[in-house]
Amino acid sequence: MKTTPQETKEITILFAGDSGDGMQLTGNQFANTNAFFGNDLATFPNFPAEIRAPIGTVAGVSGFQMKFGSTEIYTPGDQCNVLVAMNAAGLKSSLHNVEPQGTIIINTSGFDKKNLNLAKYNSNPLEDGTLANFRVQLIDISKLTQETLKDSDLGRKETERSKNMFVLGYLYWMFNRNMEGTERFLKLKFGRKPDILDANLKVLKAGYHYGDTTETFTSRYEVKKASLPKGTYRSIMGNQATAIGLIAAAQKAGLQLFYGSYPITPASDILHELAKHKNFGVKTFQAEDEIAAVTACIGAAFGGALATTGSSGPGIAIKGEALGLAVMLEIPLVVVNVQRGGPSTGLPTKTEQSDLMQALFGRNGEAQTVVVAPKTPKDAFETAFEACRLAIEHMVPVMMLSDGYIANGSEPWAFPNSKDLKPIVPQIARAKDYETEPYLPYKRDDNLVRKWAVPGTPGLEHRLGGLEKQDITGDVSYDPDNHQHMVKTRAAKIDRIALSIPLQTIDQGAEKGKLLILAWGSPYGAIKTAVKRLLEQGYDVSHAHLRYLNPFPRNLGDVVKNFDMVLIPEINDGQLDILIRNKFLIPTIRLCKIKGMPFTANEIIEKVKEIYE
Amino acid sequence: MSESTLTAKDFATDQDVRWCPGCGDYSILKQVQSVVAELGRKREDIIFISGIGCSSRFPYYMNTYGMHSIHGRATAIASGLKATRPELDVWIITGDGDSLSIGGNHLIHLLRRNFNVNILLFNNEIYGLTKGQYSPTSQQGKVTKSSPFGVLDHAFNPSAVALGADCSFYARTMDRDPRHLKEVLKRGNEHAGASLIEIYQNCNVFNDGAFFTFTDKETKGGSTLFVEQGQPMTFGENKEFGIKLDGFKPVVVKMNEGHSLNDLWIHDEQDYMKATLLSRMFDVPSEGSMPRPFGVFFSNDRGTYEKALEAQVVEATEALGIGNLDKLISGNHTWEIV
Ligand code: SF4
Repeated sequence: MKTTPQETKEITILFAGDSGDGMQLTGNQFANTNAFFGNDLATFPNFPAEIRAPIGTVAGVSGFQMKFGSTEIYTPGDQCNVLVAMNAAGLKSSLHNVEPQGTIIINTSGFDKKNLNLAKYNSNPLEDGTLANFRVQLIDISKLTQETLKDSDLGRKETERSKNMFVLGYLYWMFNRNMEGTERFLKLKFGRKPDILDANLKVLKAGYHYGDTTETFTSRYEVKKASLPKGTYRSIMGNQATAIGLIAAAQKAGLQLFYGSYPITPASDILHELAKHKNFGVKTFQAEDEIAAVTACIGAAFGGALATTGSSGPGIAIKGEALGLAVMLEIPLVVVNVQRGGPSTGLPTKTEQSDLMQALFGRNGEAQTVVVAPKTPKDAFETAFEACRLAIEHMVPVMMLSDGYIANGSEPWAFPNSKDLKPIVPQIARAKDYETEPYLPYKRDDNLVRKWAVPGTPGLEHRLGGLEKQDITGDVSYDPDNHQHMVKTRAAKIDRIALSIPLQTIDQGAEKGKLLILAWGSPYGAIKTAVKRLLEQGYDVSHAHLRYLNPFPRNLGDVVKNFDMVLIPEINDGQLDILIRNKFLIPTIRLCKIKGMPFTANEIIEKVKEIYE
Repeated sequence: MSESTLTAKDFATDQDVRWCPGCGDYSILKQVQSVVAELGRKREDIIFISGIGCSSRFPYYMNTYGMHSIHGRATAIASGLKATRPELDVWIITGDGDSLSIGGNHLIHLLRRNFNVNILLFNNEIYGLTKGQYSPTSQQGKVTKSSPFGVLDHAFNPSAVALGADCSFYARTMDRDPRHLKEVLKRGNEHAGASLIEIYQNCNVFNDGAFFTFTDKETKGGSTLFVEQGQPMTFGENKEFGIKLDGFKPVVVKMNEGHSLNDLWIHDEQDYMKATLLSRMFDVPSEGSMPRPFGVFFSNDRGTYEKALEAQVVEATEALGIGNLDKLISGNHTWEIV
């Protein structure tokens, strides 16, 4: 007997299990298959800070949330329609997030006495009525996996490890997706281990057939293709997009790419990705510490390379002095900060936007840098590319503020063709331009940009340093008037960038009105979704999202003054809010969330409704 | 300008040299300018990078490319430069505080990676620029501004630090012996790898005479040992002493007392174990103590980081083909929305 699938526009699904249960892999496979099918989607991995967090406990739960649908998707979803709980801790940590009447798929073997104790359940939630208001599917996944592999030569530990494939197969049945993509993936991953490959393929199919043959009364879902803009798509994660953006910029500028970095969560994947691409002439350098990572970049930049470094807040903090040197030297340098919860070690695997002030002011002296921020995983490509363009063309350090949510999130991307990327023109000084006049390191063009004379160029020998410079000549100068002039000039050089970057636009809503939601970085998706719904409900609300945080787009003052009220949601305690109040002298309304978690669309909607009450 | 016509003067800049009159730095600057002129390298291919400290003003006085950076980081800056521009001739100018205190970490990592650079460590056993605090190489008990009752710290032994970090070239020399200084600078520059040249430099304002035992006529004979490749180790005003190896223990012997040159320790720059013995000859000079060795302790070609990095780029390119940007952007799995 076949069930009739229930047609649904969007599904939010959460995989929750032990760190060792393979939830990230399962989630990613499910995401890729849906993307390939033609859905729009957004993903959000949420894992513990410890590599081997205590097994079976709530602290050790590894989660992977995603939303996919036949409509455009901007966030990994608020409340879940479907929860996959591999053990009691997984259920405990996620149940509050499941909608009433939502579907919960439970691996019953993860609910024995030991698991219940570890999850701190006093009674068994499968029996005590806790799940009365949900549609529960109890499956003994471990047992069924063992059954499937009873003829296999693999040990129990290894067979147990493929139980996530059972879940995946079952979901493919439930959502009527085909398994080919995952089969291909498994063949690539386990090509050299035929036993394990065979086991995984078998269990995947067993999961699918289990759905087909046994659960006659279960609901199946039908999520149709999304009507996305035409084009060729791929799936992309934020850190990967950042890395590719850096390579693209180096190629466009005709420069060697150097990436100096010290491992740190959640930025290390940028290093991993770049290290794979030495065939683009990329040189990655795993330095002895954060300071060496950035100062090696300063050396590489002095030598004429596109020098880039990446870290997270704690690492950026100790790079501060060197960034001041880069400001003084006026050399191109791109610094990616994949922000995480702070202060100090803080919440390494959780997201936060609390390094905006650090990016703007976190150095000794008046040491401005350009600051830009991506809004989604795919936007990290364009933002990284733009960061490099500004650094190279304006001879200035640029800070890119990504965050853990963008870094590890993924979404489909209608990627560009390389020939459509903006050209990047390095400000290189050539020997032939200085046959009749001397090279003066701090002589500037109309944008106040100095020329980049790289070692090896005859006749352009010069000395730079961290001591204050005499304007034009670059000689050491302690002259009081010159110092003020140079501080102002370095700032003015950054201000002038505002003349060439795009004007601030309104993402959704009217250009003028009652309420503007102004934001930056990863809250984009939640705000986009919220504003869409609010507009449908007739609210007067608009949304503007900043990519450029220093300098601001030159029309930003006009944009904010077109509204009676400005609401600024941030995953911090109100940092952009301070900047906007200070710059435009307007009252603003804060919405701050500092829980290591992204906003949900509902949180934004509730705040707007509260304002309108 | 053609290279053959360059003289030491061509490497001087128009900047006023601002060290205290009588500072040992002047002598080092003079020798470096003359060595780079003799080497026949083009000015544009030479870069001097320094950190912070008295010695770190050096790049301003060299008419080459240069950078006066921040405290302790010249070694890391040079690493990034050398990684991307292996063909350049990179010189690092640093002091005992700059390289062994605030920048200690970068120094040891540069040495183990073995970038082909020259590191001139101006060791004056004091903080000069900040006006007279003890440094990591100051001797225990020394009275300075920040140690009115004497330094408690055990002093660093730079040669032991260098060899401990698998430095591929270490030599010791002095500002007050220009001929030896020049010779060592040349040797260091010839070496393909990280060359750490420790230069005893007199700070005549805050630590005057720290190394005079090794240069004064009356004392230098008995307290200095100039090592030379393949030569037996002799010292003393008239080479009246020799050093013998008793197992792993160096012992001083009097020549003409039944000892011939053939019995002595023959210096071998390639021998790491013996170089570490030299580095341990670090007594505070006194009656009957071991002499302090000068010259090239150790020199060994073991491949540089920048060459290995270049080779990896070539290998990756051969294996994967020259990077195609559109392929990178599209990745391996794409789908069409029509
Ligand atoms: S303080 Fe000492 S080291 Fe510094 S310049 Fe003066 S004499 Fe030379």
